[in-house]
Amino acid sequence: MSQSGNQPKHLVVVGGGMVAQRLVEALRARDGAGAWRISVFAEEAAKPYDRVALTSYFSARDPEELTLGDPELWEDPLVTLHRDCAITTIDRDSHQVTDRLGRTHHYDELILATGSSAAMPPIPGNDLPGVFVYRTIDDVAALRGWVEDKRAAAGKGRSTDFERPVRGAVIGGGLLGLEAAGALKALGAQATVIQFGTHLMDAQIDLGGGQALKRLINDMGIAVRTDTATAQLRPSRRSGHVGRLDFVDGGRLDVDVVVVATGVRPRDELARAAGLDIGERGGAVVDLDCRTQDPHVWAVGEVACIEGRCIGLVAPGYAMAEVVADRLLGGKATFPGADTATKLKLQGVDVASFGDAFARTEGAMELVWADPVAGVYKKLVLSDDARTLLGGVFVGDASPYASLRPMVGSELPGDPGAFLLPESTGGGAASLELPDAATVCSCNNVTAGTIRAAVTEHACTDVAGVKACTKAGTSCGSCLPLVKKLTTTELERAGVEVSGALCEHFDLSRAQLFDAVRVAELHTFSEIIGRFGAVGTLGSVSAASAEVPDGVGPGRGCDICKPVVASILASLGNGHILDGEQATLQDTNDHVMANLQKDGTYSVVPRIPGGEITPDGLLVIGQVAKDFGLYTKITGGQRIDMFGARIEQLPQIWRRLVEHGFESGHAYGKSLRTVKSCVGSTWCRYGVQDSVGMAVELELRYRGLRSPHKLKLGVSGCARECAEARGKDVGVIATDKGWNVYVGGNGGFTPRHAQLLAEDLDSRALIRTIDRFLMYYIRTADRLQRTAPWIEDVEGGLDGVREVIMNDSLGIAADLDTAMAAHVGNYEDEWRAVLEDPEKLRRFGSFVNAPATADPDLAYVPERGQIRPATEAEREAAAETGAPVLIAGATLAVRS
Amino acid sequence: MSTTASTATAADEASTAVGRWVRVCLLHDLAVERGAAALVDGDQIALFRLPDDSVRAVQQRDPYSGANIMSRGIVGTRQGRPTVAAPMYKQVFSLETGACLDPVGYTPLDPAQANLRTFPVRVTDGVVQVGLLDGAAEPAA
Repeated sequence: MSQSGNQPKHLVVVGGGMVAQRLVEALRARDGAGAWRISVFAEEAAKPYDRVALTSYFSARDPEELTLGDPELWEDPLVTLHRDCAITTIDRDSHQVTDRLGRTHHYDELILATGSSAAMPPIPGNDLPGVFVYRTIDDVAALRGWVEDKRAAAGKGRSTDFERPVRGAVIGGGLLGLEAAGALKALGAQATVIQFGTHLMDAQIDLGGGQALKRLINDMGIAVRTDTATAQLRPSRRSGHVGRLDFVDGGRLDVDVVVVATGVRPRDELARAAGLDIGERGGAVVDLDCRTQDPHVWAVGEVACIEGRCIGLVAPGYAMAEVVADRLLGGKATFPGADTATKLKLQGVDVASFGDAFARTEGAMELVWADPVAGVYKKLVLSDDARTLLGGVFVGDASPYASLRPMVGSELPGDPGAFLLPESTGGGAASLELPDAATVCSCNNVTAGTIRAAVTEHACTDVAGVKACTKAGTSCGSCLPLVKKLTTTELERAGVEVSGALCEHFDLSRAQLFDAVRVAELHTFSEIIGRFGAVGTLGSVSAASAEVPDGVGPGRGCDICKPVVASILASLGNGHILDGEQATLQDTNDHVMANLQKDGTYSVVPRIPGGEITPDGLLVIGQVAKDFGLYTKITGGQRIDMFGARIEQLPQIWRRLVEHGFESGHAYGKSLRTVKSCVGSTWCRYGVQDSVGMAVELELRYRGLRSPHKLKLGVSGCARECAEARGKDVGVIATDKGWNVYVGGNGGFTPRHAQLLAEDLDSRALIRTIDRFLMYYIRTADRLQRTAPWIEDVEGGLDGVREVIMNDSLGIAADLDTAMAAHVGNYEDEWRAVLEDPEKLRRFGSFVNAPATADPDLAYVPERGQIRPATEAEREAAAETGAPVLIAGATLAVRS
Repeated sequence: MSTTASTATAADEASTAVGRWVRVCLLHDLAVERGAAALVDGDQIALFRLPDDSVRAVQQRDPYSGANIMSRGIVGTRQGRPTVAAPMYKQVFSLETGACLDPVGYTPLDPAQANLRTFPVRVTDGVVQVGLLDGAAEPAA
């Protein structure tokens, strides 16, 4: 491609999916000279999103969470994203495309990235209401809406319908079908998977793996019928909606909803209409440079028919995007061939396959290890001399996948069987040394050599640096454990001690510092940094003061180590967090005991234990919010947040709240937040235990407990799990016999389901178990490490944690119990204590020389009956016109 | 530590151009290593009292969020020199020069103004005064 003139050439990308996003990202990253201006035409209204993670949309309704890559990509002046704007025709002769609004656009180069659509097999009845496909955010949203409507209808229906769950079926037992079945379960519907072939996921795994997978899927409450063809879908006589599946073998299944997931078809209509060559089974035919027969038209991703076939996986699509980006800038890249390795996790079940999973290579040998009881099936495919790895299948435990997949084509060191045995029996891949050429991150095509070079040549010193430098692990993340291991190994090899150091002031990790402070019985930051601070922090001044440049004083901590020490001191019980020097360690939220918002005001959250509140309590909160002009919103943790409180108003607001029996909700702290509950057996007709009572007890027990990160708990009164307890750090679910306790769940950026720690505990045993779990976590976790990654880091993982707290394997259980008892005994409401102490109240003045004056820059506009901070544009408009659209620093009559 | 002369180099240089000194508060009103906001001639200023009882002053407005919050950041040191971390997005600024030492991946609202404006400060007989550049008369109290 020539560097012609100054005017950038115009690249038109038809389609706005994952591969299109990757192409734009790759081209913009490399086209520093600005040779290309890019227009992307996307059919969907959403920005390019992570279709692979579509199922997570069920747990996280916010489509923004699925957004791919850096959103700033779409702010780039050389990139224009036209959403909800499909291209309808291509005129190759005049180099023009027409969009659905009838506008024409000239292109220099054209890229087809139209992807696939869900295939709908020609089964009679496939157009009935209640039959869905599973491909886009809209599909998923429609499915969710349908299931929720059906459930509501069942609730209102005749008494015979009363307790009937929504019945779902998924036609297709491949990867997408299982995702869809998991989604139905997540929506509270029953799910039956109908598979035409002999076993589940038959495109990726062999019969043995499929059978193991079926057992695991059954264990989750999902039914599976294999070798079953669907003859027709029949409507319900009453509703006209889909009501029954009839199978070719004469069987039937009553249903309320059907998801068809039998495969995808390339969206090649535009390519056909434009007269481009089409593959035998569809798709625009391209060469290994991803170009069609028209030198100015390219195709990438699932619509491209490359090496004679279309590939329905994202990694090969990404590879094609990289090829085209390179070619557009004059490079000579070619498609490296499809890596069809797959690894997925469906509600905790690992399934992975890679390489020659079906042992089709001449003379290939299969080495199988199966544990039907545990639901584990592992297979390696080896060359005829049993030395070179050709492929493999893992079901139930895919832990060897990340290290073995890059070894395809290489000789395995030692006994290959060792890779299949569980680690506890001496197996495991601990000694594996990857060749430099082995691909570690297949999404971004990063090799082990590149990762090593990031450490040795580019001076990366941690995983975050390696990720930024190489892009490894930035897409699906499944290779991150391996990236971490390679990075650590390489750092150690280079003589760099892999440091858990907090910051320049402390060489210790948080856990080490916690122990040090606890054992040495230190109580102030000055003592702690004096005793355990990094060499050179204090020492440099006293020992070598002659060489210290002017103005350099002793290290006094920073925004990293100070809050850590604050948290440690609080966890060890050192009085009020604003006592003496402790106050200087607190982040602004802890310092004023409220949550900083974008305009510098704060939000206030009183504790509402278990989410249970009296009508009088609601009136108090409502009246306080009204009197101080605060915006109110219900939080995800079943309490009420009041926004827009100025720093000098906080004591007045809390005086009112405390007067009426409220106390701090610690929404501002790295501490226990809430214990969420469903209504439980006291009211609910399904509840088997008093979940609200237990939630209130737990919340009052652990309130104010400082921890390495925020802590959330949940209690559900039966297995229906309405409190979403498995999304919490500690989830308690009632059983007929007592309580099951799950640990390590969280929402947020990396959602995790909690795992079962212990079953059928009585209330006392439950509380003792949680006491020890929390205290063990507080003592040993890293800074800002939530419970899920902490459990992974504990030696032995969840089993290791269980040994320590259920079987006292370290002999520390009594110590943990004592520490928690001390916390419970010493609790006091932080806000009440502040209101009683004039010295502490002085911290809440707005200005040291005008303590009651409001920040004059605050400005608000009304919205939906409340206020919100004015935007920059609104401020400017108001300043120009002088119009009184702003409510400035609302001053309302309050009693003090 | 009660005479003129907080030791800030920047403040010393700037003080040569100070038009007038405005009394803000008593040293005693400021907590060590914890900032306080002040209104000086309509300007919002963040004051920081360091362990050696010297006082530093920077603008209260956080260049990265636009909110008036710098006084509420955590005070610390980098290589022995005093810093404050913005409480909103945690950028670290030098309390001596106002320079942003670590943007932690963010860009300021106005890319030309990533740093904090500093103000000369002196402590005389326990009274904290901030130096202003103009020569206007001190407003009546």
